Amino acid sequence: MSVTVQDPPAAAPAPATGPGPRRAPAGRRGRGSVASAFLYAVLTVIAIIYIAPFLIDVATSFKTDAEAARDPLSLVPQTWTSAAYERLFLNSDFPTWFANSAVVTVFVTMGRVFFNSLAGYALARLQFRGRGLVFAALVAVMAVPSVVLLIPKFLVINQLGIYDSYAGMTIPLLADAAGVFIMKNFFESIPVSVEEQARIDGAGTFRVFWSVVLPMARPALITIIILSFQGSWNELAHFIVATQDPALTTLTKGVASLASGQLSQGTQYPLKLAAAAIMTIPVAVMFFLFQKRIMNTTEGAEKG
Amino acid sequence: MSASPAPAGRPGVRRRGIRSGEAVSGWLFVAPILVILGLFLAVPVGMALWVSFSDWTGRGSPFSSNVNFIGVDNYAALLSGGGLAEQDFGTSLRNNAWYVVFVVPLQTALALLLAVLVNRGVLRGRGFFRTAFYFPSVTSSVAITVLWLFLFGASGAVNKLLSYLGVEGPNWFSDPRGIVHNLLALVGVTEGPAFLTGTDALGVSLWQWLAGPSVAMFALILLAVFTTSGTFMLLFIAALQNLSEEVDEAAMVDGASSWQRFWRITLPQLRPTLFTVLTLGLIGTWQVFDQIYTGTQGGPGKTTLTPAYLSYTSAFGAQDWGRGAAIAFVLFVIIIAFTLLQRWVLRDRAVSKRRMRGYEIPAAAAGSAIGAGAAVASRSTDGTGNSGKDLS
Repeated sequence: MSVTVQDPPAAAPAPATGPGPRRAPAGRRGRGSVASAFLYAVLTVIAIIYIAPFLIDVATSFKTDAEAARDPLSLVPQTWTSAAYERLFLNSDFPTWFANSAVVTVFVTMGRVFFNSLAGYALARLQFRGRGLVFAALVAVMAVPSVVLLIPKFLVINQLGIYDSYAGMTIPLLADAAGVFIMKNFFESIPVSVEEQARIDGAGTFRVFWSVVLPMARPALITIIILSFQGSWNELAHFIVATQDPALTTLTKGVASLASGQLSQGTQYPLKLAAAAIMTIPVAVMFFLFQKRIMNTTEGAEKG
Repeated sequence: MSASPAPAGRPGVRRRGIRSGEAVSGWLFVAPILVILGLFLAVPVGMALWVSFSDWTGRGSPFSSNVNFIGVDNYAALLSGGGLAEQDFGTSLRNNAWYVVFVVPLQTALALLLAVLVNRGVLRGRGFFRTAFYFPSVTSSVAITVLWLFLFGASGAVNKLLSYLGVEGPNWFSDPRGIVHNLLALVGVTEGPAFLTGTDALGVSLWQWLAGPSVAMFALILLAVFTTSGTFMLLFIAALQNLSEEVDEAAMVDGASSWQRFWRITLPQLRPTLFTVLTLGLIGTWQVFDQIYTGTQGGPGKTTLTPAYLSYTSAFGAQDWGRGAAIAFVLFVIIIAFTLLQRWVLRDRAVSKRRMRGYEIPAAAAGSAIGAGAAVASRSTDGTGNSGKDLS
């Protein structure tokens, strides 16, 4: 039986009616290698299509404007130039954008880790009146599409007097019901006995949460960190409605303004693509550092 | 934080102390997230609902005395006004509808294909392929859009590639022609029949509704498929790995081809995941905003205008806040309606006669295996039912 599992694509005997359970092993081997060569060919072609745009991005950022227009496909610039990067870092607001994005991302991530795990723990473990109601409210809130909230968010931010401030950029992004669910699911999966022991030893609820349960939640916390880092680093719409001060422009907003030509004449593709490449680096680093976990994150979410 | 030491301090009434302490700390623990969600989700929706019924122009507070309640005027202007507002809204709905029609099936099918390919038993380098396909999903929509503007430029990489094939590519992002109209033009149809050109819906003639996504919008459709297929691939891979191999094996022993096994055994078991992916896809595609804001700003010829972007420009650009908010709520209703519709279409129902017949063909050979398959399918429905809720 297990032999059959090892080689699923090959074991596709054409006559579906044949009651004979097994094919001759010899015939299968030959067909198997052809099938897997074909599989690899298909996958490689698709992988090239998925990777090429990023390679073209980086390559073009080192080209001159003229060459970028003349030869948009080549992966090796004829004349290497770092002019685009120099302009970005020395003659534009790009460093400010980068710093703003970094500040917001760090605070949002820290805030979400703390608040999501607090609420997740309460929903998973603590018995209190109205818990079901809170849970229902979170589910309802998650159903609201974020784009619908553009104007509404501006209204509240304006009303609260935090328009054009870091507070207005950061605090609304802490609203993350999905993270609460991830933490809740995780806390439900760990045994209660550890906490009970701590409680019998006289630790208060927050203590139990902070020193006993939270350290055990590392995998789930890393998931939250990845999701909120990626989410707030890539966020655009919220910053559009929360700020107009150039000093508070984030990378997404700044690069979007570059793209629509508000700050530049001509096409200037090397400059724009350099900006796009740099803003991809932090999430790319994050991605490769936590690759295993990211892949498992979605698996965990799917398993519920 | 402050309440936590209280129950611990009285060991004599431990049982009670813990319970009552739990109630207090329970609420304290959920309080921050409730306040934030309330303040930046619930309250705003309420405020915007009021604004959508008012003539607020963005100056001062929307609750000040010189802002008037104007009933459903904003909604009426969108849905039956006969003016530019209605026409723009109709156009944006048409554009977004075509976007949904193309993106959702394409991204779902591609994600499933990638998952099945990557999940093949003895594949070496599986990690590499998974990474390659998923990477576009983690990058920022702004960066990808910038890249797309370059790749699909008049003299961009895509047109260069097409030129090697002897095809002269279009000037993608400046081409407002609908691709359905283009296809019809190929067979000589350039003018619609009178009953299509003469009849309007939401200020847009039926002939224009059927124009298809513009060439510019089509480039954005490709962008969406490129960036979302990886995420959904991961969901499918996770589901595939949860499937029991025994059923597949049994069917294989009974002589089902891999094609038959995929359609009759694997796919039915993936139903819950398929549902999740389709739902997330629908919700996401009705909200296109970033790409439009960064890339096309609704152009060329308003063919990439979407309700989300129109809502934004109406409010922040034209200072017509009531209309902007009204558009947002209509969009909200559309998204909820489609989600419910889909839930109803894909609901778990008793196996119908037609489907039963589908099962019977292999059942002649592999009756027992299919029986086991159904059991697994129903089990995985329970298992993933929660996650669907979690994700949406």
